[in-house]
Amino acid sequence: MPPSFSSILGTRGWAVFLGIGVFLIIGVPILNLLPQDWPIHLPGYLVPLLGKYACYAILALSLDLVWGYAGILSLGHGVFFALGGYCMGMYLMRQIGTRGVYGNPLLPDFMVFLNWKELPWYWYGFDHFAFAAIMALVVPGLLALVFGWLAFRSRVTGVYFSIITQALTYALMLAFFRNDMGFGGNNGMTDFKTILGFEVQAPSTRLGLYAASVIALGASFLLCRFVVVSRFGRVLLAIRDGESRVRFLGYSVTSAKLLAFTLSAGLAGLAGALYVPQIGIINPSEFSPANSIDVAIWVAVGGRGTLWGAMLGAALVSWLKTFFTGAAPEFWLFILGGLFILVTLAMPTGLAGLAHRLRWLRSRPSPAAAE
Amino acid sequence: MTSSVFRRVSRILSLLAALLVTPMPLAAQDLSSLVARLGESSFSEKIEAVEALATLGDDRAISALEALGDGRLNVTAEKRVVILDGQKVIDAITLEPIAGLSPESLDRVVVNNRLRGAIATAVGKLTIFSLDRNRRLAAARNAFRSGTAETAAILERAITEEIDSEVRAAMAFSLNAARLSFGTKDERLVAIAALSGSSDPEVRALLGRLRGSADVDPDVLAAAEKAMERVESRLELIGYAENLFQGISLGSVLLLAAIGLAITFGVMGVINMAHGEMIMLGAYSAFVVQQVFRTFLPPVWIDAYLLTAIPVGFVVAASFGMALERCVIRFLYGRPLETLLATWGISLILQQLVRTIFGAPNKEVANPSWMTGGFEVVAGFVVTWNRLYIVIFCFVVLASIAAVLRYTTFGLQMRAVTQNRDMASAMGVRTARVDTLTFGLGSGIAGMAGVALSQIGNVSPNLGTFYIVDSFMVVVFGGVGNLLGTLVAAMSLGIVNKFLEPFAGAVLGKIAVLIFIILFIQKRPRGLFALRGRAAEA
Repeated sequence: MPPSFSSILGTRGWAVFLGIGVFLIIGVPILNLLPQDWPIHLPGYLVPLLGKYACYAILALSLDLVWGYAGILSLGHGVFFALGGYCMGMYLMRQIGTRGVYGNPLLPDFMVFLNWKELPWYWYGFDHFAFAAIMALVVPGLLALVFGWLAFRSRVTGVYFSIITQALTYALMLAFFRNDMGFGGNNGMTDFKTILGFEVQAPSTRLGLYAASVIALGASFLLCRFVVVSRFGRVLLAIRDGESRVRFLGYSVTSAKLLAFTLSAGLAGLAGALYVPQIGIINPSEFSPANSIDVAIWVAVGGRGTLWGAMLGAALVSWLKTFFTGAAPEFWLFILGGLFILVTLAMPTGLAGLAHRLRWLRSRPSPAAAE
Repeated sequence: MTSSVFRRVSRILSLLAALLVTPMPLAAQDLSSLVARLGESSFSEKIEAVEALATLGDDRAISALEALGDGRLNVTAEKRVVILDGQKVIDAITLEPIAGLSPESLDRVVVNNRLRGAIATAVGKLTIFSLDRNRRLAAARNAFRSGTAETAAILERAITEEIDSEVRAAMAFSLNAARLSFGTKDERLVAIAALSGSSDPEVRALLGRLRGSADVDPDVLAAAEKAMERVESRLELIGYAENLFQGISLGSVLLLAAIGLAITFGVMGVINMAHGEMIMLGAYSAFVVQQVFRTFLPPVWIDAYLLTAIPVGFVVAASFGMALERCVIRFLYGRPLETLLATWGISLILQQLVRTIFGAPNKEVANPSWMTGGFEVVAGFVVTWNRLYIVIFCFVVLASIAAVLRYTTFGLQMRAVTQNRDMASAMGVRTARVDTLTFGLGSGIAGMAGVALSQIGNVSPNLGTFYIVDSFMVVVFGGVGNLLGTLVAAMSLGIVNKFLEPFAGAVLGKIAVLIFIILFIQKRPRGLFALRGRAAEA
C-alpha cells in the first residue's frame, strides 16, 4: 500500500512546506523585480546564488537518503552530481553551435582546438534537451547501480565503502582531467550561450532556472519523504540499525541498498544538471574528493535522517562558505574544519536534533510550575 | 742564396736550442702569435691560424677559439687580441682581466660560416687532447654525436695517447660510431661487432640509420641487423629493470605513507583522514630542521640535517597524533564514520594552519650531498641515490615496526587489542593507553615518511592529499593490521603502476589500479591477508 498524502507530511508539515515553497517560487522573484532603490529589493546576483543553494540542497537530500536512512556514508556523491552536470554541460556545449570562438558548426571549441575531426559517439544525442536531461539522471544512476551492485553484493560496508567511493571520485577526477576523454579536460566546459533558446546570462533565464531548481528541490523532498515513510523506507532504517537482522528476517539487503543508492545518485545527477547552467561552467574539480566530503558535513550539520535538516545544512554551510571566502578566505578552512569536529563531537544529531530537544524542553512543564 | 740558407739553418738551430732549453716559453710564444693572427682581417689567414692552433694541440687556445666563434673576440687599437666578457676585457690566453680598456674602443673580429666550421673542428680536436680528464671525456662523448671521417682520424690518434681507461672506452665507443658511418667495409664490421655489446639507445638509432641508408654492403647490413637485435633485447631488459626499480621506489613511498594508517586502522578500526597531514607535518619538520642547520650551524654540518630531521619528524607528528587521539578520536570510538569526518576536519585545519604559518608556495628542501646524483648500474640505467636511500629507509622502518610489535610489551598489547579488545581489556591491558600510543606510533611513522618524501617531491601544505587516497588503497588492498599485507600491497601496487605507465600513461595506469582494487574487494572484501576467525566479523 503506497503511503497516503497525510503520512508523507502532517498537516502542519504541508503548511510549512507550501508556505516556504510559495515564498521561494513567487516571493523571491517579486522581491527581485521590485525597483532597485527599495530596501527589500533582492539584488540580481543573489538569484543564481539561491539557485545554487537549492541544487546543493538536492544533493544533500540525496546523501541524507542513503546515509541518514540506510547508514551508507558515500564519499562519492560528488561524482553523481558532476556527471549530471557534465550531461547538461554537453547539451549546453552543443547549443553554442557556430557561436564558438572557432565557429565550427559540428564540434565544440575544445575539440577543434585538439584537432578532432568528428564528434565522438558518446556526444550523439546531446543536442536534444530531453535526451540530455534523461541522461543526467540515467548516467549517474547507472554508475551507482553497477558500483553499488559490486560493493553491496560483497558486503562492503562502513568505512570500507566510504573509502572506495572516495577512490571512485578520485579515479574519475583523474580521468576527466585528461584531454583525450573528450569532455574538455582541465578546462571543462564553459562559455554557454543558450538553454532551450533562452540566453543563459539573461536575468529572466536566471529567474527561470532558479524557480526550476526550487521546484525540483520541493519535488525531490516529497519523493524522499515518500520513500522513507513507505515500507521500503522502514526496511532501510532497519538495515541502518541492524543489517544482519534484516538479512535474517528474509529481506534482501543488497537490493534495498542498491535501490536507495541508485535513486540517490539520480537525485544528485538532477542537482548537477540544474547547477551547471546557473554557474556557467563544469570542470573536473567538481569530482575532487573534498567536494564529496563537504556534502557529508552539510548533512551532518543539518541533522542526519531528517531530510529537512539536510536541506537546511546545505544552505547554511554554503552560505557560510560564500560569506567567509569573500570576507576572510584564510579563515574558511579553520571554520569548516571546526564544523566537522564540533558537529561530530558535540551535536551528532545536528541542528535538527537541537531543534527537537528545544521543543521537548519547552513542552515539558518546568519543575517550578509542577510544585 | 747563401744568406737565405744560412738564415734558415740558423733559425732551425735557434729553434732547436730554444726547444732544448726552454720549451714552454716557445710554445707559449707560438701560441700567442697564432692567437694574435686570429685578429687578422682576411678570412683565409684566420682559418690558417685556427688550423695551426688545432695542430699545435695547446688547449689554452680553446677559450680564444670559442670566443671567436661566439663573436666575443676583439682587437684593440694596438692590434692586441682580447676577449670581451660582458663588460670586462680579458686577455685571450691567460684570461686575466686587463684594466684601462673600454669595450667601446674594441673592434670585433668578424667570422663567417667557413671559419665557424674550422673553429668547431679545432675546438673538438683541442678538447680531446686537453690536459683536463673531464674535458677529454666530454669531448670523447660529444664526438659520438658529431661523428665524421675527420673525427675518426683524430680519435684514432687520441686513443693511442690516452691513459685514462674510462676516457679511452668513451673514445673507442665514439670511434666505432664514426667508423660505422664513414669507415670501409671491414672497419664497419669491426665497429658493429664492438657496438653490439652496448646498451645505448643512440647506438640503436645509429644502427637504424645505417640500415636505412642506400649504399651498404649486404654483409654489413646483416651484421647490423643482428647487432640491432642484441642491442634492442638488452635495452628491453634494462627497461624492465628500470621499471622494476621505479616500481619498488614508488612502492616504498606508498608503504611509508600507508604503514601508519594500517596500524591505526588495524588496532582501533578508525580511518584517520588526517594521516596525510601527519606526513605533511613530517616534511615541514625536515624543512625547519634544514633552516635551523643553515642558520645556526657551520656549513659543513648541513649534510647531517636529514639524519636529525628523521627523529624530529617522528616526534612532531607523534605528538600531534597523540593530542588528536586524546582530544577528539577518544570520544568517537564505535562511531567510525564520525571519526572519518572529524579527522577530515582536523586535516583541513592542519593544512590551513601550515599555510598560514609557512605560506602557500612550495618550500625547498635540498637533498644532502650524499643523496644527490646516482650511479650507473649498466649503461643507460641510473639508480639515483635519493630513491635508493628511501627504499632502504622504508625497509628499515618496516623491520623496526615488526620488531616493536614482536618483541616489546607495547607490541604485545597492541596485537592483543587488535585481536580482541574486550578480552585484552579483561586481561588488564589498559586499552585507552594502548590506543593513544598506537596513534602516536602511526602518526610518528607518517612523520618520518614525510621527511623521506621531502627528498623526492615538493613540500607544500597539501602534500598529504597527494598520498592519502593511495595509502587508503594500500590498506584496503593489503588488509588491516597486517604488516606483511601492507608490504605486499604497497610493492605490488607500486610495480604494477610503473609497468602500466608506458602502455597507458601515468593517469590511466592509476585509474586502472583503482578499478582493479574496487574489483578486488569483490573477491576479498577484507584485503589480501585478512584476519580470520571472530575478529574478522567485528
